[in-house]
Amino acid sequence: MSTREWADALRRSGRGDKLDSLPYAVLLGVVADHDGSDFKLIMPYREALLGSPGRLHGGAIAGLLELAALATLLLALPEDEKLPEIKPVTVTVDFMREGGMRDTFAAATITRLGRRVANLRSVAWQYDYSRPIAAANLNIVLARPLG
Amino acid sequence: MAEAIPAEMVGKALAMVPHFAALGISFRGIEDGWAELEMAYSESLVAYPDSGVIANGAIFALMDSAAGMAVVMGMAVRGPVATIDLRIDYLHPPAPFVALIGRAMCYRTTRSMAFVRGVAYQESIDHPVANMVGTFVLSGT
Repeated sequence: MSTREWADALRRSGRGDKLDSLPYAVLLGVVADHDGSDFKLIMPYREALLGSPGRLHGGAIAGLLELAALATLLLALPEDEKLPEIKPVTVTVDFMREGGMRDTFAAATITRLGRRVANLRSVAWQYDYSRPIAAANLNIVLARPLG
Repeated sequence: MAEAIPAEMVGKALAMVPHFAALGISFRGIEDGWAELEMAYSESLVAYPDSGVIANGAIFALMDSAAGMAVVMGMAVRGPVATIDLRIDYLHPPAPFVALIGRAMCYRTTRSMAFVRGVAYQESIDHPVANMVGTFVLSGT
């Protein structure tokens, strides 16, 4: 699967569709929740996500945050243009609360979408969006083909 | 510096962590304050099947784990620690089919905080895949 194929699959995705062509997303068990203009990812609780007894591994939460950012960026890029190569270059994650043994949600917003660089903010929560468990700042280089 | 824990014991403890098992992360060693974990190459860690390149998220998990291990190993009295923030700069994509090594050291500890840095590399540490900086809170104090 290429980024174009993923972008097309994301546009077609509905509520509860698995990201089943991306192996790492499958490992995390991430599903899309696409309701019109509202897009988020859900990482249903599973034991394989635990880093210590009763707590999700921070790396799994970081992985979910990045997937939400990439998906949000792909959905924002013009459908009729050749997709740039999307390379996250710096990713900073703040961990605010423990991730417990329950479903985790993540949604991202684009702070700025430029020609060469996109800046995104991705937030993960469990109970309530206003009580985030972690948030990521991602600076992503868009390597556009010449011409 | 706390007394050394036999590598075999650390390896066994890490093997019990579900997310380490899922990602194929194992203990490599500790030397001069540097903690090393290894993540075997696996198709299940790949971002896009066409490329064969490991997803950044898996690298993040490897580095967060190596950083946490460096913090815990450096504590005089071991207790729970939690990541406050962790930044990774992705320098170049890792080569497919080659294991990744996460290397971290705690360069400064206060009563309540630990500051960590490290790199992810494959065959040569002089050619790192990613650079990591992180901050931890020592919640046991």
